[in-house]
Formats: sequence, structure tokens, C-alpha cells
Amino acid sequence: MGRYVLRRLLQMIPVFLGTTFLIYVLVWAVPGDPFAGKCGERDCPDSYVSAMREEFNLDDPVVVQYGEYLLNLVRGDFGRTSSGVEVSDRIVETFPVTLRLALVALVVEAVIGITAGVVSGLRNRGFLDSLVLVSTLFLISIPVFVTGYVVQLVFGLQLGWISPTVSTPTFGGLIVPGLVLASLSMAYVARLSRASISENRRADYVRTALAKGLPQSRIVGVHVLRNSLIPVITFLGTDLGAFMGGAIVTEGIFNVPGIGGLVFRSVQTKEGAMVTGLVTVLVLVYLVMTLVVDLLCAVLDPRIRYE
Amino acid sequence: MSRSRSSSLVATTAAVALAATACGGGGPGGTAADTDAAITIFNTEPENPLVPGNTTEVGGSHVLDPMFTGLVEYDGDTAQPTNAMAESVETTDSTVFTITLKQGWTFHDGTAVTASSFVDAWNWTAHGPNATQGASFFSQIAGYDEVHPADPDGADGPLAAPAPTTDAMSGLEVVDDHTFEVTLSAPFSVFPVTLGYEVYAPLPKAFFDDRAAFEAHPIGNGPFEYVSRVVGQEVKLTRYDDYRGSDGPKFKDLTLKVYQSRESAYADLVSGSLDFMEELPPNALAGQKYQTDLGERVVQKETLNNQTIAFPFYLAPYDNADLRKALSMAIDREEITQKIFEGSRIPADGWVHPLTKGYRAGQCGEYCTYDPEKAQEHLARSGYTGEILLESNTDGGHQEWAEAVANSIKNTLGLDVRFVPATSFGDFRQKVNAHEMKGMYRAGWIADYPSIENWLNPLFRTGASSNDGLYSNPAVDAKLAEADRAADEEQAAALYQEAEKMMAQDVPSIPLWTQNTIAGRSERLTVAKLDPFRSLDLASVEVG
Repeated sequence: MGRYVLRRLLQMIPVFLGTTFLIYVLVWAVPGDPFAGKCGERDCPDSYVSAMREEFNLDDPVVVQYGEYLLNLVRGDFGRTSSGVEVSDRIVETFPVTLRLALVALVVEAVIGITAGVVSGLRNRGFLDSLVLVSTLFLISIPVFVTGYVVQLVFGLQLGWISPTVSTPTFGGLIVPGLVLASLSMAYVARLSRASISENRRADYVRTALAKGLPQSRIVGVHVLRNSLIPVITFLGTDLGAFMGGAIVTEGIFNVPGIGGLVFRSVQTKEGAMVTGLVTVLVLVYLVMTLVVDLLCAVLDPRIRYE
Repeated sequence: MSRSRSSSLVATTAAVALAATACGGGGPGGTAADTDAAITIFNTEPENPLVPGNTTEVGGSHVLDPMFTGLVEYDGDTAQPTNAMAESVETTDSTVFTITLKQGWTFHDGTAVTASSFVDAWNWTAHGPNATQGASFFSQIAGYDEVHPADPDGADGPLAAPAPTTDAMSGLEVVDDHTFEVTLSAPFSVFPVTLGYEVYAPLPKAFFDDRAAFEAHPIGNGPFEYVSRVVGQEVKLTRYDDYRGSDGPKFKDLTLKVYQSRESAYADLVSGSLDFMEELPPNALAGQKYQTDLGERVVQKETLNNQTIAFPFYLAPYDNADLRKALSMAIDREEITQKIFEGSRIPADGWVHPLTKGYRAGQCGEYCTYDPEKAQEHLARSGYTGEILLESNTDGGHQEWAEAVANSIKNTLGLDVRFVPATSFGDFRQKVNAHEMKGMYRAGWIADYPSIENWLNPLFRTGASSNDGLYSNPAVDAKLAEADRAADEEQAAALYQEAEKMMAQDVPSIPLWTQNTIAGRSERLTVAKLDPFRSLDLASVEVG
């Protein structure tokens, strides 16, 4: 187990290098001079452009630039934006906000999704099953930004039950955006666990457990659920990463000062250092999450062993 | 949907980036307003450190403008320049200006605002190695070339700009604590009007002692002083009680809140948790939804910007004056402004904005009037029958009108007119700057300062900074130079008008329309006016 984790951690290094290199090259390779349009309809003074090119080593070949960047990164220096703000400061400020949003969404997704999946999976073809099927179909067919705007319009503006935007990004304040963000995945989780459960319900070991006279709660809770959750956990784990990177739209609608909006604006204003820094952090989150998921699967199913 | 959201963001930041904001003059006071109120207004994230000489974009301007008062400020209603920190600006030859400051003004840290506060700030901003965005605004002052030597092969070339030989412009001279003299390298009659632009703000001694500390806590001399900032979220300012100007606010605390998108800000505006937003997002403007959402909380104002179609004079057939006339006369401005903009744009009758000092109506004359027959005549004279391209960036709602313009020309002239969208504003600007356009293209201008000069010199003079289409007419150049040399502003305005009239014969660009900006306020604000530079006129705000 220990050696497996170590091997996985070592595998992260080439993945990390590859992704950061691609991102770095892409950001600066996007067509268009990074300083065109920076000073409005007027051109930036030559001295300003020269100083900025100097600051970001833009006159060096791209590989050298990347090398310099990586060297600084290893030293813990994420660099500065053209407005003189430390990228690491911005990451420290925005990352927890998005993490909180993603956690809220994950909890919503897991609790509601799995509950709905279990209920409908156990009552095959009943009323509750049909209800879950229809409502998840409905959620899957609506893009997140539509859900977001509708929630904001109906509950925020017309009914006035909630504030249309988030005023303080605490766990409580992020419940509504979290719900919106989770809505699509929640439906997937419900369907995934439903399918998994109705399949495992007919498995041999469940029949054996039933024949042994085990109580229903133990059969469902231990035998059925535990085995059915493996695909669901895999989905949830990668989804946390997807939430962090994919919260741009939700953050935009509800004005959550998180990582998504920052990436979006940095791409637009061509803040290469900021984009690379942020995406690097996201890549790390993805890598760690997939490792955690794989380890969790082993915990759930003893048959899975890592050597 | 998410695409169009992103686009609108680019467009607004980019389009407003040049807007010079102004505090405006003091309005009538004495109502039963809550003078200790706090208000929250919309802002975008400042893109640069908060130093006036290095801020040309709108997010930073909105923070710095209330914090600094320049020599001149522009009236919040009429855009007319009035002396603010300047007691007087005097000249006899439009080359040497003697500027006298008002006495007793202080920076927020209590130090006095003196002649050297201005001279040092200007020298710092112009100094090449400081690499400020606003440096070029000082290029008219004698000695600029010594402090800011030109890069011999441009910014992209391998050669670095030579080091400046001095860090003080020879054209700036402190006479005494409250008087300084500015000598320009060539006569420039409207120089006093330009002084309201933010880059001309004074800087306190604290800035030169410790620049990093100043950027973390900027100190100005304006009606508001800095309190705190959470990067990416908000900037808080509060009233400076020792402020000596006439444009002091009638409320106390000002929070400039950064929004991730205009749409989310608009939702807050409708629900009343945001007090002012100066430009509504496209989803609010579509179908005039804002009227039902906001009712009497809508604030409208004609603002100092226009929309034109520029020509690449380096490319045939656009160098043909008859063809340009035909194109301009084939555009039905009335119908497009009514149908697409529902009357929020006003057809232009010249190259100068009506709110500008020195504007004269009807300068473009028949060439800006829709006349299918005459347009056909001019087309026949030009002998051109090929294809016409109209290029534009499509973010910021430019696609609809650009297509309408293309169709209007197509239907009138029977030419094959095609609208060519650009991928992004940055990409579009880059091609414009590099003179790589393949057809005529959208252009817009936001006045830096409200003078007729600003609508002509930078755009139409040979080799001027924003003459991207490479228009050149020696007679117009000579007339503009003569106007620059005029002894006083009246005479200068008359000469600039003559130059504009001469230009009309060439149709160097097609003036389309000028714009109303539509803003919104909360119910708490009983008065909130928009100034001609598309910002909230803070001096006008009254909280009920």
C-alpha cells in the first residue's frame, strides 16, 4: 500500500510538468499581443511594454521562460501580475472560497444524490422511482447557468427569499450557489447509484445474506450499499476537481469571489503568471483527488489491492 | 450564454478603458439628505497599482478619481472644464503656461499640495524607466525626449531604449510654492483643457519616499480618502473632511464593489443591495427590460464617445474618396439607431462630439446624410464594383449594428458588402495597429478631455498616435497645426472647426452615432447623476 502511494506520488511529477508546460505555452501562445488593448484604444507606451516584457521574460524562447517560471515555482514563488499583486496572495484568498463552494456542492450532491438513488433503486418501478427518474432527467437536461439564473431571478428578485448574490462567502452564504452548482451532478449521482443498487440487489451474496436471515437494514446498509458505492465514489471524487475548475459560471452569476472568476478574468487580461499558477493548483487538486478516490475504493472493496 | 457573458465583459473593460472620469462641479445642496450615509457602487477590478500616472483603465480610474483633484475638473453635467486646484492657468503664446495653485489644500496625510507636488508627479510619470501607461500624455512638454528617450526599434525590437540623461523635464519649472511654469515643445492652445485627465494629478512626498507603501495605501488630495481594499472584492473610501474643493460629497462612505460579472451586479441593483451601476449589461438592455426592472431608477446621460467606421488608407479601394462618400451616404443612421438601439444612440453629424467644447453642428453635412441617389452617383464616379468588407470585434454588441450597416450599404449601392467578425478585441486592435486590416473597420473614440482638439489631432493628423488608418492630408495637418498655435481657445476652436470642415471633403472615417449611457441607481439615492465620462458624478449623490 505504502509503495503504491509512493509510486502514484512519483507519477504525479511528470503529469505536473506536462500540464504546467502546456498551460504556460498555451497562455502565452494565444494569438494577439498581450499588451494590445491593455491601455484602451490607445497603444501602450513603448517603455511600459518593454518593462512588462522584461518582467515576464517574454523576450526569451518559450522553453527558457517556462524554465524560469518553474524554477521560481519550486522556490514557492508564483510570480506577480502586471498590477503588482502576488499571485500566491490571490490564490490564498480565492482558493478557500471555491473550496468551500465545491464542498457545499459535494455534500449536497452526495447526500441528496445517493439518498434518491438508494430509494429509487430499492423500489424498482414504484412511484418514487419514477419521480426520481423524471426529476433527474429534468435536471440533466438544463445547463447550470439556466438553473442559476432562474434561481436568482425567481427566489432572489421576484420572491425575495434569498439575496441575489453572495455577500459573504461563508458556508452558509454559499448554500444556494452550491445547490445550483451541484444540481447537474446530483442527478448523475442519483442515476448512477440507482443503477448500481438495482444491479447488486440481485447479486448472489445479497441472496445469500437474505437466506441467512440478516435484517433488511444490514443487507442494504452493508452488503448492497458498500458494493454499489464504488462507481459513485469515483464519480464524486473527480467531481470535486470539476467543481473547482467548473464553478466559473456559478461564481459569475452569484458573484462569488472565487478561483473561477479569477481564472476567467486572467485569461482575458492575459495574466499568464496568474493563469498558470491557478491552473497548477487545480491540477494538483485533481491529482490528489484521484489518488484519494483510488485508495477509498480499496477501503470499500477488500478485493481491490494495490501492490 | 456563458460566451456572451464573457464577451460583454471584455468589451466593457476595453471600451471604457480610456474614459477620463471627472468629479464634476458642486451641485446645489441643502436638502434633507443623510450626509453620513454609506453607499456601494459597481466597479471592475483595478488592473494596475493605484497610482494616477499608471492608470488608464476604468476600474482603477473609478477608485483614483474620487481620491485626486487635478488642476482642472470637468463639469458633471456639461463636461466644461473649470479650475479646481488651479487658481489660474495663464498664457500669452500657448507655449509657456503659468499655473497658480489655490492655497491651503492638503493631501490626506496632512502635507500641503504645492507646485512641486505636481512637477515631481509629472516628471515621475514621464520618466522612461518608470514605464507608466500615462507617460505619453507628457510628450508635449519640453524636455520629454530627454526623460523618455524613444526605443530605437520599438518595444518588440531587441534594442533597449537608451537610458534617460535626466529625470526632470526642462519644460517644468517651480517658481514658488504655489506657482509653476510649463513650457511646451510646440504651441498647444488647448493644453489647459487637457489638465483634468487623471495622469496630471499631484503626488504627495510619501509616494516618492516609499512607493510600495503608497500603492498599498494611496494618498490623494481629492474629496475621498482611502480606507481599505480587499483585492478582488472591494475598495473602501471615506469623505476627506479637510477637502477644500467645491465638489465635496453629500454622503460619507463609498464602497466600490468588484463584481465577477455585470449580470450579477445588475441583479443586486434590481434588488436594491447595490446603489449605483454606470453601465447596464446587455441582458438588461435587451428588449428594454431595464425599464420594467428599474422604472424611475434608470439614469440616462449622453456621454463623450462615438462610433465610427474607419478606413485603411493603405489599401485599395478604400483610398478612393468618392467610394468613401458613397459608403457614408448609403448608411441609414436614423433607421439603425431607432431599430437596433431603440433611440439610445443619436446619429452623428460630424467627427466631434456635441458635448465637446468647440463643437459645431452639421460639419459632415450631406456626407453624413442618408441619400441613396447621391450615394449611387459617387459610387459611379469611383468606378468600383467589387466587394466591400466591414470588420469588427463582436463582443459588446457590435455584431447587430455592423450587420445592419453592411445591409444598408448593400441595399443602397448594390455592392457585395460582407461583415467580418474578429475573434477578440485584443486581436482586432492588434491588426488595426499593425495596419493589416482587409476592409473598413469599426472604430470608436472616448474623449480623454472634452476639447474639439481631442477628436481631431490624435485621430486624423498625419502620423498621430491613433491615426491607425494612415489618413493624411497636408492641408488638414497645416490647419490643425495652426489651431494648436492659436493664441487663445476661442480662436483655436474656430481653426479646429475649419480643419474639420476641410476633412469632411475626404470623409476620413464615417461618423455613425454618439451614445447615451444607461445607468441605474437604488431607491436610497434620491439624486444620482451620470457624468459625460460614463461615471457616477459623486458630488451629485444625495441619500434619502
